[in-house]
Amino acid sequence: MPAGDEQGYPPASAERSASVPAYAERLAWLEAVDTEPSPDQRGRRLAARAWAALWPKALAIVIVLAVWQLIHASGWKKDIFPGPGATLANLWDQLRTALLWHAIATTAERAVIGFGLAVVIGAVIGALVSRIAPLRAAVGSLITGLQTMPSIAWFPFAIILFGITTTAILFVIVLGAAPSIANGLIAGVDYTPPLLLRAGKMMGLRRLSLYRYLILPASLPAFVAGLRQGWAFAWRSLMAGELLVIIANQPSLGVLLSTYQDQADMESATAIIIVILILGIVVHTLFSLADRAIRRRWGLTGSI
Amino acid sequence: MARQVNSMTVAGQRPAVGGSVRLTGVSKVFGRGSSAVRALDQISLEVPPGEFTCLIGASGCGKSTLLSLVAGLDEPTAGQVSVSGQVAIMFQEPALFPWLTASGNVELALRARGVGKAERRQRAAELLDTVNLRGFGGKRPHELSGGMRQRVALARALAQDADVLLMDEPFGALDAMTRDLLHDELDRVCAGRQLTIMFVTHNVREAVRLGDRVVVLSSRPGRVVDEFAVPIEHPRRIDSAPVAELAGRITDRLREEMSRDAGR
Repeated sequence: MPAGDEQGYPPASAERSASVPAYAERLAWLEAVDTEPSPDQRGRRLAARAWAALWPKALAIVIVLAVWQLIHASGWKKDIFPGPGATLANLWDQLRTALLWHAIATTAERAVIGFGLAVVIGAVIGALVSRIAPLRAAVGSLITGLQTMPSIAWFPFAIILFGITTTAILFVIVLGAAPSIANGLIAGVDYTPPLLLRAGKMMGLRRLSLYRYLILPASLPAFVAGLRQGWAFAWRSLMAGELLVIIANQPSLGVLLSTYQDQADMESATAIIIVILILGIVVHTLFSLADRAIRRRWGLTGSI
Repeated sequence: MARQVNSMTVAGQRPAVGGSVRLTGVSKVFGRGSSAVRALDQISLEVPPGEFTCLIGASGCGKSTLLSLVAGLDEPTAGQVSVSGQVAIMFQEPALFPWLTASGNVELALRARGVGKAERRQRAAELLDTVNLRGFGGKRPHELSGGMRQRVALARALAQDADVLLMDEPFGALDAMTRDLLHDELDRVCAGRQLTIMFVTHNVREAVRLGDRVVVLSSRPGRVVDEFAVPIEHPRRIDSAPVAELAGRITDRLREEMSRDAGR
């Protein structure tokens, strides 16, 4: 390399410490990372991103409604197959009754409690299994086995054990969701990069502090993936439970669905199905957002 | 078979001089039986307090294994490793925690040593300042360039308040210009501290640019084959004539060693 001063480098001399500003400038020149966009650019980018994310979804909904309308118009099962117009009108009417909101509240409460329990239980089991080798040998594959178990198969067991109660439903939710959550945490712990572990140990992190400041945060992305999968299982278990375990005087989405089935009220039943679908999608989206936020924080996304 | 660490961990009881490292007849064998690989063979090496020792050799000479032994991340098969003082290590990868900001990474090292919250904040800011990263404390590792990440890793190593700093090709993945910059940086950081450094590299000029002494290792098994004192005054430049001249001599010595390997 030629003597660098002509190129704007500070002199390689003993007075280097005195030339910090020049040094900083050289630093900025050499290592300019991409800088913050202006607020205006940022707003435009946000709008473009929202549009890019929304239009395919909007189009998909339009296509589904169009196909639905076509089938309806074709006259297939004319007496019992409702069209989108009548169903959405029915949904709108139901949304203005207290009954549906009461049902949504009951179902949501069960979902929150059941999933909450599953998170706590799954996380504790995952943490123990990932740290204690004999425990892993004993129940590691059992957890994965439980994950493949269709949760509806647990209901006879749960109903005999707990009767026709909310507890029976919560029990099955936990059995359905906890294994995925535990497995997510175990995978996260297992895939903590060895280099980071070495760095952490050299820093003096040991046992509990190593776990708390290194392994747990490093497991976060896998844990969130486990939560998302656990949620999908919890939601299915809950719906199965509400259809099987019908508790008197406690309207839930499952009870409404089952009632409308008995009354052969196809429009109302379809409206409830739409509600269930939307609720599931909303929660799933929340998990996806959390997942993406973490990825962005960690710099794991290709584009921002 | 033993590793002695006389660390002075009691707060405020820091030794006045930097730590030292002594290896006596250290061997390291990986695997067993016919598939056993002898990575290090009878290495004896002494690094006195405050010395900057560069270890150089072709790939496969067990340089990184040697540092792992000194760091206590691995045990020697035979021989003795004794280290006085606290040890910190820097890898070729910055090994920063991606969920923490630059400042958070440095603060975690301080936290591991039991430094209180308010002091952590302040010390981390000072250390980032030391490595010329003022104002970058809030950035996450992926928002920084490779050179900047290695700077944060250096700040984190300094935060461990170590007496012995082990550096495993820390600038190997950087471009020449950034590396040059970080050499200056390292000089400046070392000037104010009593740091004993063991620096592994396969770049001969880098070794001469930085070291007080360059130790040449042979490969498979790794042995100490030669040692060169570097009597060149600071500040040095990697492109200066004395550096190039000594680097040339060391390169010749390395070539000789490698051709002997090839002839076997």
